[in-house]
Amino acid sequence: MSATEQALATGDAVPLSLRGPASTGVVAGYGFWLFLLSDIVIFAALFASYAVLSGETAGGPTAAALFDKKHVLIETACLLASSVTCGFGSLAVQSGEKGSTYFWMTVTFILGVAFLSLEVSEFSHMLGMGAGPSRSAFLSAFFTLVGTHGLHVTLGLCWLIVMLLQVATLGFQPMVSRRFFCFGLFWHALDIVWIGVFTIVYLGAHL
Amino acid sequence: MSAEIEAQGKAPGVNVHTHGSRGSYLIGLGYAILLTLASFWASSTDVIYPHGVPILLGVLAIAQMGIHLVFFLHISSAPDQTNNILALVFGIFVVGLLVFGSMIIMAHLNHNMMPMDRLMQMQR
Repeated sequence: MSATEQALATGDAVPLSLRGPASTGVVAGYGFWLFLLSDIVIFAALFASYAVLSGETAGGPTAAALFDKKHVLIETACLLASSVTCGFGSLAVQSGEKGSTYFWMTVTFILGVAFLSLEVSEFSHMLGMGAGPSRSAFLSAFFTLVGTHGLHVTLGLCWLIVMLLQVATLGFQPMVSRRFFCFGLFWHALDIVWIGVFTIVYLGAHL
Repeated sequence: MSAEIEAQGKAPGVNVHTHGSRGSYLIGLGYAILLTLASFWASSTDVIYPHGVPILLGVLAIAQMGIHLVFFLHISSAPDQTNNILALVFGIFVVGLLVFGSMIIMAHLNHNMMPMDRLMQMQR
């Protein structure tokens, strides 16, 4: 037995070059992680444009006059709670429990819908008082940044429905678990972006 | 997770140490609630020197992002997470360049721009 074969047999100290390709789970997770980071770079560009334009109100309503802190606190609570229930759901997927997967992921979905409806009501209220995206550069930047986040949440909810249907029809096949796992990463990343949104847009408005 | 995956690094978000437990999510939730309430309090209080509030808000936000990364996405400094950490560091680098670079350049341009009424006069 050669030294290499011995090392492979004991499993210890196998050189990286001899370990072969990583498993599909690792490759998929890492690839999705890279996608999430590039998505966060998109948000960084939108944050930068908001930071530059937040003072350019063109005589229209200012940030301090438009945003209600209590509303934002409820939105934040919904998203944070949905992040945790999504984590519980991912644990249920890992251990293959169908019932608790459905339960936690449905709770996640409901909290996500609650967040979205709060955001839509805020947007329609603003549009109703003439503070739409065409009013000033500040409002264009605001609707682009917060709207892009809301669009991500909407797509995440659609994805969640598809995943629940896949669990119902295909069961916990490795491919379904992998996709569910990526969904969890996506949902947690959206919550991280929301921290930036409520700090810079909503709390920054009242300084 | 199988030994095979352990040997080849880990994808982000795979919770190995507390596999099947909800502990890490609950700890993360506790910290996140604390930090969120702290930043909402800090933005409306008179106790803190007003010019210090934006810095405090920034610190609280970055701390909460860290909490989310560690307790929800399970990013750690373990050797099998080197790839994830390297990608994350590069992402943070690009985000920093974009945000602070844009703000510095635009503030500088704004500072050096001729006042609008003077500009209008010259065009006449």
